[in-house]
Amino acid sequence: MLLTIDNLHTTFSTHRGTVHAVNGLSLSVAPGETLGIVGESGSGKSVTCYSALGLLPPTATTTGHAWFDGVDLLNCRAVDRRRLLGNRIAMIFQDPMTSLNPYLRVGDQLIEPLRLHRDISRPAAEARAAEALRETGIHDAERRLRQYPHEFSGGMQQRVMIAMALITEPALLIADEPTTALDVTVQAQILALIRNLQATRDMGVVFITHDLGIVAGMCDRVVVMYAGHIVETGPTPALFETPRHPYTGGLHKSLPAIQQRGAPLYTIPGNPPDMTEQTSGCPFLPRCARAAAECGAAPMHLEPVGQDQWTACIRRQCP
Amino acid sequence: MLRFIRSRLLEAIPVLFIIATLTFVMIRLAPGGPFSDERNVSPATLAKLEAHYHLDQPLPVQYLTWWRKTLTGDLGPSMRYGAHSVNEIIGHTLPVSLELGILAITFALVIGLGAGIVAGLKPNTVTDYAPMSLAMIGICIPTFVIGPLLLLLFALRWQIFSVSGWDTATDRILPAVTLGAPYGAYIARLTRAGMLEVLNQDFIRTARAKGVSEFRVIYKHALKGGLLPVIAFLGPATAGLLSGSFVVEEIFDIPGLGQHFVNAAFNRDYTMIMGTVLLYAVMIVVFNLLVDIVQAALNPRLRLE
Repeated sequence: MLLTIDNLHTTFSTHRGTVHAVNGLSLSVAPGETLGIVGESGSGKSVTCYSALGLLPPTATTTGHAWFDGVDLLNCRAVDRRRLLGNRIAMIFQDPMTSLNPYLRVGDQLIEPLRLHRDISRPAAEARAAEALRETGIHDAERRLRQYPHEFSGGMQQRVMIAMALITEPALLIADEPTTALDVTVQAQILALIRNLQATRDMGVVFITHDLGIVAGMCDRVVVMYAGHIVETGPTPALFETPRHPYTGGLHKSLPAIQQRGAPLYTIPGNPPDMTEQTSGCPFLPRCARAAAECGAAPMHLEPVGQDQWTACIRRQCP
Repeated sequence: MLRFIRSRLLEAIPVLFIIATLTFVMIRLAPGGPFSDERNVSPATLAKLEAHYHLDQPLPVQYLTWWRKTLTGDLGPSMRYGAHSVNEIIGHTLPVSLELGILAITFALVIGLGAGIVAGLKPNTVTDYAPMSLAMIGICIPTFVIGPLLLLLFALRWQIFSVSGWDTATDRILPAVTLGAPYGAYIARLTRAGMLEVLNQDFIRTARAKGVSEFRVIYKHALKGGLLPVIAFLGPATAGLLSGSFVVEEIFDIPGLGQHFVNAAFNRDYTMIMGTVLLYAVMIVVFNLLVDIVQAALNPRLRLE
């Protein structure tokens, strides 16, 4: 396995009390595999990845393990973690407009991972950066390197982010909703770009999204998160065809379908729970149409329900 | 860039014209005149004095005459210190104020940037509260309290520095600290706010995700954006510091320009008032222009083509 997260707990201390953002999460990514993490806003998708890479603000407390290359990212020295970040592990973010430094030339930002992690001269790094820009479909790369982020469109900025992430040929790419801020045509281009670059490099990808369409097109395996827990995980086809958790089923039903034109869109009733309170039992219980008495008592854990598919629903039924 | 500087300098012309005109009108509206508090001046002498300084001419004529001479670089004779011209007085005192001002702004920057960055890195901890409390005190206590307090401790009690004067290098320290302290405190607060703002931006997270060290995150990725509010403040602050401070010069008995701003107004020294006000306005214009240039250098989004 490339990355193995084991029993991750992340809490934030806030004015309203302690927010339990991730509650005992375990997952793993293999080389060349694309793992999708889906869930509503606030379900802990992004926090899981930021926790593993140590990118959370000081108000966050993280316990557990995140093994990569024999290093426990959660319990190693910051220096050892920094040696891997931007090198063997790279990340791209949701909003390219704010994720690039507006005060620095695009070229200077692009070569930074190379200059930090490789023994490479500045001209050689710049040549490599121009090549990386061309690989992401940016023309006139040499001139573009001397420009600032505000001289790029949103889609072009995300290409720069991807080029910057992939410039050190990382083994693992974490993509945090990389197309959410982009319009649909650009979205398709960026997704195709990530898929192509991944295929040529046998790179593991963690794809955080709330878009099930993207999951169907991009991911080999899916992790469905709710209230900081994994509620269901399995191969993408299985999760789409035979979801074994009512929340996964609800997400499917929420997708607008062309056949049901004019019919009101389905929404899962209720709201995500208050994360400052920790409940025993299933966190989805208050919103679940199939809830039974025992759902509130049994502690959450994943049970196998078929070929590599696991669910946290104790009723384990196809909803 | 050159076109930008030229257009800004052209814009300054109407600004300076309006400031000079308003000043001229206001000082002439104020009751009294340059010779009105001298006792026992006979009407004949007064008339002679006024004739000597052309004060007997109609105001529009005086105004135009002042402009004509000023544009040739002659600010006219002081009406109070008859033997000296305004140019001479500014020429003698401005270097003193410039030296004091440069020392004060250096002190303010070193203290302010240092304290502000340290505070901004770890908000709501001891290293934030301690310098920020000091900064608040620095802002709240006026210079006419800090100055005598420093004198009391360092000059009278411990006798490290002399009480007043402007002769030796050590004479510069207490006045520079007194003058710079409130500015340093203000810069510290601006720096802290700027750093906090920038360090919460997404692109800082991007830098950390690239494995950039904390030190490099700060000086390479955060500092440029974090210092923009400080730069904006530095323009008028520098102009104010370099043109002298009446209070600090009085406390430490320094022959600077600051005293002339105040005394000229009290004495109705018309030419001196016009000279000092115009000098101050020019300094404000120049330093604001410098600020704009530095800001454009730091922030590419401000660069105009």
